[in-house]
Amino acid sequence: MLEISGVSASYGPVQALRDVTVQVPDGSVTAVLGANGAGKTTLLKTITGLLKPQAGTVVFDGHDLTSMKVEDIVRLGVAHVPEGRGVINELTVDDNLRLGAIWRRDTADRKTALGEMYDLFPPLAQRRRRSAFTLSGGERQMLVLGRALMSRPKALLLDEPSLGLAPIVTAQMMALLRDLSAEQGLTVLLVEQNAKSALSIATTGVVLSLGQVVTTKAAAELAADADLRHHYLGF
Amino acid sequence: MHAFVNYTLDGLSVGMVYAAVALSLVLIWRSTRILNFAGGAMAMLTTYIGLSLIDRGANYWVAFFGALIAGLVLGAVVERVFVRPVENKPPINAVIVTLGLFTLIEALAGMIWGNSKSRSFPAHFSGNGYRVGTTRVAFAPFDTFIVVAVALTMVALLGLFQYTSLGLKMRAAAFEPVVARLQGIRVSRMLTLGWALAAAAGSLAGVLVAPRILPLSPNYMDDVLVYGFSAAVLGGLDSPVGALIGGLVLGLTREYVGGYVSSTYEIEGALVLLIAVLMVRPQGLFNRIAPRRV
Repeated sequence: MLEISGVSASYGPVQALRDVTVQVPDGSVTAVLGANGAGKTTLLKTITGLLKPQAGTVVFDGHDLTSMKVEDIVRLGVAHVPEGRGVINELTVDDNLRLGAIWRRDTADRKTALGEMYDLFPPLAQRRRRSAFTLSGGERQMLVLGRALMSRPKALLLDEPSLGLAPIVTAQMMALLRDLSAEQGLTVLLVEQNAKSALSIATTGVVLSLGQVVTTKAAAELAADADLRHHYLGF
Repeated sequence: MHAFVNYTLDGLSVGMVYAAVALSLVLIWRSTRILNFAGGAMAMLTTYIGLSLIDRGANYWVAFFGALIAGLVLGAVVERVFVRPVENKPPINAVIVTLGLFTLIEALAGMIWGNSKSRSFPAHFSGNGYRVGTTRVAFAPFDTFIVVAVALTMVALLGLFQYTSLGLKMRAAAFEPVVARLQGIRVSRMLTLGWALAAAAGSLAGVLVAPRILPLSPNYMDDVLVYGFSAAVLGGLDSPVGALIGGLVLGLTREYVGGYVSSTYEIEGALVLLIAVLMVRPQGLFNRIAPRRV
């Protein structure tokens, strides 16, 4: 269970989050929706410690994350795929993938996980020795998703994973996330501007606007609410 | 012809020392985007620590490895204590800090070991050139030691960076610190380790060049640092291979200018070369300008 309670955060004088409360139950897919500047990325940053909240708490599996370092939060099993994806262009595809599990002591399972990722994403296997810089947008998304899964996370935070992807690639990725959640019990927190595709796999939807939670509803209910959709979700 | 061969051999030996200094600067630049103006002074300090060991009766190898270990420790301490507060601050802050350290360390060394007392660092291997036929060439067993020691260090560092998990963590931390932290990597430890390794490479240069300098004084690394800096910039600042090539090119230039023109123009020759290369390739010889995705 990931519980964000009453979190406020700011960049200097700019208030980015105001008293935000979101609960992400284990094994669920929760979509955080809203326009540019709504505070979606900031929310993920406060969860993994890249930004310290001014008020409120973030608790994951009984651990208070608010006072922890980024790298220790990651080691609890929280994987965060940042906006713009964080591919390290200077490294090979293989090195990028291996980084996901590099803090884990179980070196045997690190190898197993690497094999699994190449099975899951065959295009990466063909390019494993190449510089990550040469990958296409879809392949880069596979790479960062694979890297996040290498750590065998309990919770996966994704920031705008559909950005710049062709609709068919987005649909494949959403289906994969849904399967991972359903089959392996992975908890997914999905930040998206593409509300329609996010809601297609989410159990719950949270709508943010100007740093505040407008509403939290079952995904189906949210998708059916024409008013909300028009005002905040753009479809 | 005989003179040319001698200048070339001399240039290779001194060039390897510059390469080690350049490597030290490149390792720091890659990981923290800081130019370490205190690099020469730090190397000098650890060489004097080695010299103190010899004064206390230690043999050459104890002093040699003692200086390298002192380099590792000094690099880590400097990063933790002095550099950490200015990381991620405007670049000028780091410049001032490393310049301040340079002055501080040289002054401290002068107070401890004396500026005037004539001292020398022993060379474990003979400094007399090998005999080829009836003549001696300007390449001695000690030059062989210089070339082998620097080459081995470079191979070891390359192996560490390219083929170990620790090296991968260090590279990730250098290229994308935030992304690295999100992979559970303790980036601050990697930076400390990077400074430690860099300072040890500098110490190697300090110990290797010291026997050539008579008398040894606390500012003996100053002009070595100028050559090392030029070598690093020539090679592109980001590239360890560039540091090696840059060091050799600078060493050769120095000896050719010194031999064919005049030894008073050695440093000018090096700087003219640097300017000429940068006019043609502003990014240095081995730096690929990173293409950016937009």
